[in-house]
Formats: sequence, C-alpha cells, structure tokens
Amino acid sequence: MDITTQQTTAPPTAPGPAAPADKRAARGATRPGDRIFLGLSRGSGIFVLVLMAAIAAFLTYRASIAIGKNEANFFTSFEWNPSGVPPEFGIAVLVFGTVVSSVIAMVIAVPVSVGIALFITHYAPRRLGGLIGYVVDLLAAVPSIVYGLWGVLVLVPHMGGLYSWLDEYLGWTGVFAWEGGPARSLLTVGILLALMILPIITNVSREVFRQVPRMHEEAALALGATRWEVIRMSVLPFGRSGVISASMLGLGRALGETMAVAMVLSPSFDIGASLLDPGGGTFAQNIASKFNEATVMGQDALIASGMVLFVITLLVNGAARLIIARRKEYSGANA
Amino acid sequence: MSHATLLPKPSSLRGATLPKWFSSAVAAGSVALGLGISSAAGLHSDIQWGLIAAVLFVVLSYGISAKVEGSRQAKDRTATSLVWVAFLLAVVPLASLIWETVERGVKVLDVYFLTHSMGVVADTEPGGGIYHAILGTLEQVGLAALISVPVGVLTAIYLVEYGRGRLAKAVTFFVDVMTGIPSIVAGLFILSLWVLILKMGPSGFAGSMALSILMIPIVVRSTEEMLKLVPNELREASLALGVPKWRTILKVVLPTSVGGITTGVMLAVARITGETAPVLLLVWVTNYINTNPFKDPQASLPMYIYLQYMNSAGSGAAYDRAWAAALTLIAFIMILNLVAQGIARWKAPKTGR
Amino acid sequence: MAKRIDVSGLNAYYGSFLAIEDISMTVEPRSVTAFIGPSGCGKSTFLRTLNRMHEVTPGGRVEGKVMLDEENLYGAGIDPVAVRREVGMVFQRPNPFPTMSVYDNVAAGLRLNGKHKKSELDDVVEKSLKGANLWNEVKDRLNKPGSGLSGGQQQRLCIARAIAVEPNVLLMDEPCSALDPISTLAIEDLIGELKEQFTIVIVTHNMQQAARVSDRTAFFNLAAVGQPGKLIELDDTERIFSNPSVQATEDYISGRFG
Repeated sequence: MDITTQQTTAPPTAPGPAAPADKRAARGATRPGDRIFLGLSRGSGIFVLVLMAAIAAFLTYRASIAIGKNEANFFTSFEWNPSGVPPEFGIAVLVFGTVVSSVIAMVIAVPVSVGIALFITHYAPRRLGGLIGYVVDLLAAVPSIVYGLWGVLVLVPHMGGLYSWLDEYLGWTGVFAWEGGPARSLLTVGILLALMILPIITNVSREVFRQVPRMHEEAALALGATRWEVIRMSVLPFGRSGVISASMLGLGRALGETMAVAMVLSPSFDIGASLLDPGGGTFAQNIASKFNEATVMGQDALIASGMVLFVITLLVNGAARLIIARRKEYSGANA
Repeated sequence: MSHATLLPKPSSLRGATLPKWFSSAVAAGSVALGLGISSAAGLHSDIQWGLIAAVLFVVLSYGISAKVEGSRQAKDRTATSLVWVAFLLAVVPLASLIWETVERGVKVLDVYFLTHSMGVVADTEPGGGIYHAILGTLEQVGLAALISVPVGVLTAIYLVEYGRGRLAKAVTFFVDVMTGIPSIVAGLFILSLWVLILKMGPSGFAGSMALSILMIPIVVRSTEEMLKLVPNELREASLALGVPKWRTILKVVLPTSVGGITTGVMLAVARITGETAPVLLLVWVTNYINTNPFKDPQASLPMYIYLQYMNSAGSGAAYDRAWAAALTLIAFIMILNLVAQGIARWKAPKTGR
Repeated sequence: MAKRIDVSGLNAYYGSFLAIEDISMTVEPRSVTAFIGPSGCGKSTFLRTLNRMHEVTPGGRVEGKVMLDEENLYGAGIDPVAVRREVGMVFQRPNPFPTMSVYDNVAAGLRLNGKHKKSELDDVVEKSLKGANLWNEVKDRLNKPGSGLSGGQQQRLCIARAIAVEPNVLLMDEPCSALDPISTLAIEDLIGELKEQFTIVIVTHNMQQAARVSDRTAFFNLAAVGQPGKLIELDDTERIFSNPSVQATEDYISGRFG
C-alpha cells in the first residue's frame, strides 16, 4: 500500500519500448472494438475528473448557502448555532482543536515511528524485524472505529494516573492543569491519533530506510563509525525527505480522522487553556457529532466546515507529494 | 579514546567494552526500579511506571556507558535504547488494542450472535446479534466495489495503455488528490448532492457512493502498478500477430495481471469496510434487518459498534456486543488481507520476479 | 604508521556457507599486495575480514586470527569500530556521502573522532586531498557536494577521506572497476605514492593492474561453484606473473580460465 503512495507521482507512461507499439495501434484505432474500448477507458478517466470537479462544486455551493446566511464571522466566531435566529457559526474552535490534536499526534508519532522503522531495518534481528513489519502492516488495516472503541473503553481509564502526575508537576503551566474529570480531552485524542498514524509513518519510513544504498552505510562503517553514527551520517540524511513526506501523509490522516475522535473526545464548543480537561472539538468530530440534530441549514454549515478541512488536507497531501517527487529526482540523479 | 587511537600502540583497538548482557541487565533493573518507585510513591497507573522505567533505562545506560566506554559508545547505546523504547512504547498499546478486542470480543461471539439481529433486544439488555449489520456491510461494500472496480480498472488501463498528454496528466494528478480526501468529506459531498439537492433519503446505496469515492483511487493506483509490470514484449508479440489493441489488452494484458489486480481490489475493499464516517452521514443505522440497500437506513458493522457504544448507557451487555462486532470486523478485514496476499503470492512468479 | 598483517587459519562464512577456507598469509608494511582470482573466489570477502567489515553482512562470521602487528583483530575485547579506524577501506564504487560537501566528506572521519577545531580540520583536509592528488582540482569548490565530482575524482575523494584519519592499513576493493582508463591511471599512480606511508591491500580483476601497482600478489581460486575459496599462492608480483609455482596460477594469468 505504501509503495503505491510513493509511486503515485510517477508519470503514467509505460516503460519505453511500448511507445512505438502504442502509436502504431493508436493510428490504427479505426476498428469499432478499439474505438469502444478506448472510449470506455478514456471515459472512466474523464469520470474521475468530473467527480473531483463535482465534489468541489457541490461542497462549495452548499457551503456558500450556509456562509451567506451566517451572521457571525466564519473564521473567528466561537459560536456554533447555524439553526438559530440569526444563524451564527464559526470554525475558530475547530481549527484550534484540529491543529492541537494533530500536533500532539505528530510530536509523538513521528519520532516513535522513525524509531520503529530504524528498529526494523537496522537494530532488530532480521526475523524479528520482518515479523514486526508484518504486525505494523496489519495494524494499518485496523478500522478507526475500533481504535475509537479501544480509546474510550481502555485508554481513557488508564490515563488518569498520568494526568494527575502531569497536573501535579506541570499543572502550573495551565496547559497541563487538570480538574479531575474523565480523560476525554484533546491530549488523549492526540495520543490515540498518534497510535493510529504510527503504522503508516512507520511503513513509509521503513521502505525509505531500506532503500539506503549499502555503499553509503559501508562508507561510514569503514571510517570507524558506530551504528548510531552510521545512521546519523548516511541513513537519516538519505531518508529525511521520505520521513517528512510520510509524516505529512500521517498528518493528513490525523486531520481528517472522525470516529475515533468523536468517541473519545468529550466535546465543547470553546477553547480551554488546558489540554487535559475535556472540551474542544475537531472539524471531523464536529461534523459527526452535530450531524444528527442538524437541520438543513445546520448540515450546510457542517459542509462549510468540511470544505475547510478538505482544503487543509489537500494542502498537506500536496506538500507531501511534492517532497516525494523532489526526492525521486534527487535519488535518480545519484543513481 | 579518540586521541589514544591516533597513536599506534597495541592497546588502541581494545576499547573498554561492557558485557553483552549489560543492556538486558539495565532494562531489568529499570523496570524493577520503576515498579519500586511507583509503589513507594503510591502511583497506580501502569503508564506511569512504564514511563519511569523507560526514562531510567535510557539515562542509566547512557551514564554507565559514558563512564566505562566513552562518550561515542554511550551515544550509540543511547540511540539503541531510544529505538528500543520507541518500539516498546508503540507495541504495548497496539498489543493491548488487539488483546482487548479479542479477549472482550469472544465473550458473546457465537453462531447465535452472527445470525440474529437486534430487532427485539433493548440496547442495555444482553442478547441480539450482528446479522443485520453483516448483511448491510456486505451490501454496501459490494455495491461500492461494483462501482469502483470498473471505473478504477478502466481508468488505470487508460493511464497505462493509452494515456498521453494533458488529460492523462490531469487524471493522474486528481487521482492523487482523491487518495487524500478525508472519508467524512466524501460523505459530505454525497450528502450535499444526493440528500440535500436530490432530496433522497438515507440508504445503503448513498453510503456505497461515498465509499466508492474512497475506493476508486486505491483501485486505480494498484491496477496501474500491476499493468506496468506486464512486460512490453507480451503486448508487442500480440500486436505483431495482428491482434487489435483492445483485444490485446483484454486477452493478454489483463489476464497476465489479473492476480495483482484482484489483490489490489481486495485490499481496497478491506480498507473501506471499516469506514464509518460517510456511513454515519448517509446510511444511518437500524436495529432491524433491511435487505434493500436502495431504501431506508441500513445497519453496518462499524455503525453497529458505534451505536452499541453510544446507546449503551454504560451497560456491559452493549459493550460486549460492540467488542464482538469489532472482533468480527477486524477478522473480516484480516481475512481479506491474507487472502489478497495469498493471491498475490500465488500469481506473482509468472512475471519471473 | 604502516603495520604488518599476519593472517592464520582464517575461515569466513555467510550463514552456514563457508566462503573462504583456511587462509594464512603475511602482508608486509609499506608495500602493495594485490589479490587476484576468478569471480566468487572470495578475495573481496577476505579483504573485508581484514577490517571486520565482513561481519556487518547479515550472517557474516569469521574464524581464525588476523594479527595487526601484535594485536589479534578477532581477539576478545577488540572493538570492531576501533579496528575500522585503523584499517581504512576504499570501495568498488565511489561512495562519497551524497549530502556532504567535499570538505565535509574528508573531515567526516575526523569529526567522528572528536576533532572539531576548524584550523586543525583545514590542515588535515588539505593534506589528505593533496595526498590523494585531488587538491588542485577541488580546492575552489570544497563546499560543493562531493557527489558533483566526476567518478574518478569521487574515488580519489574517498581515498582522501580514508587517509584523513591516518589509518595503518588501506584496503581497496577493486577501486578502479567503475572508472575510465584515465581515472584508473591516476588512481594507480596514487597507490604508488601512498605505499610510502601505508600498508596497502588491493583487490583487482585486472591482472595488468596487479602487475603494475603491486609488490606482492596473492592468487585465490575455488575448486568449483559452491566450494570455498582458497589462497593458492602468494609471492612477489614479478614471480607470480613470470614463473608461478602452481599450475592453476599460470593457467589463470595466461587467460586459460576465469
């Protein structure tokens, strides 16, 4: 799966020798069978384009209806009352909650994933490494609803001790203050998201680390480098852009994660200083939680917030792919 | 040590080295100390003693190693300890996830559970099952595959066999964009089109449409990879015999890559089977059996889990059912994955790799 | 600087496969010793046992003794990392660190050993690049990436990097096989100069090269594919190429097999 994400930027050309054969066939595409088949496959390609255009168009259309009626500032308001008179809603709280929970997830998941990827490729005995790689693959397939169930029924009850500890020693910062409620807060959400994106970041990083040319590692070894120095001198520089893009893919997933957040977080539509007290919300969680009671206007408002989430994930994924593409050129030049 | 090695004296190769059992000993010591500190301080959470032990392990191995072996070796050891700690940090919760799901899931998972719906069972009472949810999931996922597979495979054929120029570039780009769409956004799109504009009610089919938005790019990507693996000699051999291109694709290219394409499709199905967010918006959920995916709300395994959790009112019976459904869902996905890999392995040697 | 290498009863394995069997030889200090032999005869494997690089290959394992003057490289308590500091290596394909500049490549080994003073590094970098006959070509672009140099320059950069840490022995694993004839000539000249300071062991596929650069030549052979490689004979280069004492050597150098 991850290999495909890496190769996605490759141009869709078949390897060289096909070209003359293709041209010959294309010129001779007068047969009805050829025309129908080409039409069908090209039609599917066009369908994909139309679908993307439709997604953008309909989301924008419904969102504009909602934003047109909105009496509050869409970006700065702390209200979410689209069905009220007058309708007022804004995404400030959601931006905050989404960014905070994703940042926590990244801070935890990226170093740990890189650690596991290094463990698999450079530290563990080969059998154990293969086994762990397999388990990580399987974990990537566990649905988010199961992570959510585990998060709220197993992880949340276990967080209490850690929370009281954080409150005791770091509570003075305000960020880690805790009033003793259930641990269904942005911090727990961030930790759960970290676990969820860990497999994908690990998988991609592992592939990149595995591709480090042996001769670069041997160059460092032959200079009398310790294992860590080999990793620092040849593995990490080579894998850096790959790890960055893997992290971006993980971030894209964390930003859009819905059910696990909706189950674990005890939401409230405001921004609190503490990460440990329940409250806050994310784009996706807010859509899932508010959808049930939403009127048509309410649904349009949720679509408007979904638009913003869409744009953010597009930017993040685009950045990830740009980095992958650049890395390809770079490694190609050195091959 | 660094300067000693510059001098050609015999002892320079003989760094003071800690014995091989050093790391395990420090690890055991750290765990014991962590437990000791925790019980002395009256901390009850296992997360705490685990973290204490991890910190102790890293600090102790650095300290001792720096003293005995010098700072370069100490750094190397610290990196090794950190990598191990990272591994354990991740493995413990993930193992717990699997363990809890299996342990709590097997409680009510039996034939009765698989063959009955929740029709007459109150949310907080024991009994009932997931038959209606399995049925709904199979129908929704099946419909989604029915939409996605032709579109995805044909698009991939276009990109690999015909695609040149602007259109192909645009398709490739937007397939990339599609892979990044959050599932809830796919749900919102169908919601805006199907429900809000066309005024249709919730149905399994509405969910399938959203799921296929998530599935199409996966199918395109994996099919593309498989088609690219087909050697050009095969295509040329067939074309040289005067076989038209479309027949070459149908009779030579696709049969050669059918194993890989099937694998890709099954992995894509596995991926969307667990999707909840779009189903929540478009299919809703019900406690009853609804065999018609084109009309009225329908249950599905992910939504069943969600519903049992939300309506449990803290009831153990509902949680048990949620875990059992989660176990069923994971088992289904794992089986799909395993079968897919089996097919991939079975079909792989043909291309001579 | 240069040290004598004294190998006795050395076996090297890949997993359970015995790659080279029972090798004993002496490599004299301040000389060039060439290893020749057909593909798969274990000459590269043997070379890699001399700085304990063999064991970084998965499954790699070594039995026997390699004495570097008075010290057994495979003795108890020997730190393989320290061994590699003393016994430098140049590889088949030039492998400068791709993300480092020319300067940083040469300084990499010194920095590992805790030397960070700019003036000190400057001196060693210049000295090493001069030693590798590369200084005049790169002195104006020390801060450009090392991977931007030509293949021959890259290989000399790798030699500079290896000699910067002042090893006792320099191992070269077919250092010219990826290079054009002119670059090859430059490296061969360089080897002739380096032997004033270092003990040099070079593996080569090219018998003319062995004849040109080495003082002593060792011929390796294997009985059949799947059999372990063995040292057939080691003698003065002149003798090996004019009047070898073993028939197989003569067959090989006269091109009858391999």
